[in-house]
Amino acid sequence: MILPDIVEALLLASPEPLDERQLLSLLADEGVDRGELEAALARLRRNCEGRPLELVRVAGGWRYQVRREFSPWVSRLFPEKVGRYSRALLETLAVIAYRQPVTRGDIEAIRGVTVSSQIIRTLEAREWIRVVGHKEVPGRPALYRTTDKFLADFNLEALEQLPPLPADEDKTNTD
Amino acid sequence: MTGAVVAKVRGTPLHEFPENLYIPPDALRVVLEETFEGPLDLLLYLIQRRNLDIMAVSVTEVTEQYLGYIAVMERLRIELAAEYLLMAALLAEIKSRLLLPKPAEEEDAEEDPRAQLVRRLKEYERIKQAAVELDGLPRLGRDLFPVLLTADLPPRTPNLPKVTVDQLADAFRQVLVRAERGRSHAVPRESLSVRARMVRLLESLGHGKPVAFERLFDPGEGRAGLVVTFLALLELCREGRIEVLQREPLAPIQVQLR
Repeated sequence: MILPDIVEALLLASPEPLDERQLLSLLADEGVDRGELEAALARLRRNCEGRPLELVRVAGGWRYQVRREFSPWVSRLFPEKVGRYSRALLETLAVIAYRQPVTRGDIEAIRGVTVSSQIIRTLEAREWIRVVGHKEVPGRPALYRTTDKFLADFNLEALEQLPPLPADEDKTNTD
Repeated sequence: MTGAVVAKVRGTPLHEFPENLYIPPDALRVVLEETFEGPLDLLLYLIQRRNLDIMAVSVTEVTEQYLGYIAVMERLRIELAAEYLLMAALLAEIKSRLLLPKPAEEEDAEEDPRAQLVRRLKEYERIKQAAVELDGLPRLGRDLFPVLLTADLPPRTPNLPKVTVDQLADAFRQVLVRAERGRSHAVPRESLSVRARMVRLLESLGHGKPVAFERLFDPGEGRAGLVVTFLALLELCREGRIEVLQREPLAPIQVQLR
């Protein structure tokens, strides 16, 4: 058996992304080193060219996925899964993603409205956010952060890859 | 009411609402709550509708419009979220401050509420934009679908612990023992006299030295025996034949003859 095939098999059969460390430990018996693994991953990525699937690195590891262009057809397979999120939910998620760690109070200050507990519960149930501690102020409110799953589900490897916010400094009346 | 034109449909004036036209009383509230994510969003809408830069906005003008909106909503008996009213109050405050001459010494006492509002509006605008872009990112389950193959693995024999004949025999022995215990048998009641026990206690305290309370009891006697000993102790105490001592709280209790 050749290494790229074995790595491909592992990635295809794993329900969650696998990172280099996990792959190396799965291949410890074969004495695969990092360089060989990286070469195999590069080869697998090339093999996807011209095919409807791609091998991407997201937070948490490498994942085979169907290319985005095919989503109109693939989503017909899972009609009930395609949910649209409300603006309130997306804005809450955006505040947490761009300003983390934040408390509910911080979110309310930015959005100017009360944070709905339902939204926080939904985001937690999606495993997109989690409590990472408590702010040392009266009431010790929970501090929220986004998770690796959030990054992986949005096809990102790190927070730095989030779309940049509009510049902080004003462009002074360019209308 | 009759005679007034309530609406025009393709240019034809209507003098009363068609009977089958039903506007749910909550319709406008739904519009308001669905369209605007709170007072900051409504303010941004008012500013952007006029194609203005946040920095260049006339607070006076925006305040008028904002309050106008609030008034319409109140007339329609829409219960406004408290946040909208709070913003109305803030705008009114800023407006009134702008009308008043500014005392010189208060210049930099606190952040100008207008500057603060502008900062909040800009931050909200950024987050609003970020939310749109976040939603635009390809998302797993919506735009991207993980490839997952079912691995055809050979059936794995479950790793169950082995049982030896000895263990089986031992288990059976325990069943027998339990069956034995289940048999009924008569238990004769042992007669225990408090008097007799009092005599025995006096004997064991006979040498005059204090004895630890616990040492007077023989756990082997079982519950009834322990109770009788305790009753005998109480009785001896009552009769003033013995003394019960404790040097300090939580120290061991000692018993001695009087």
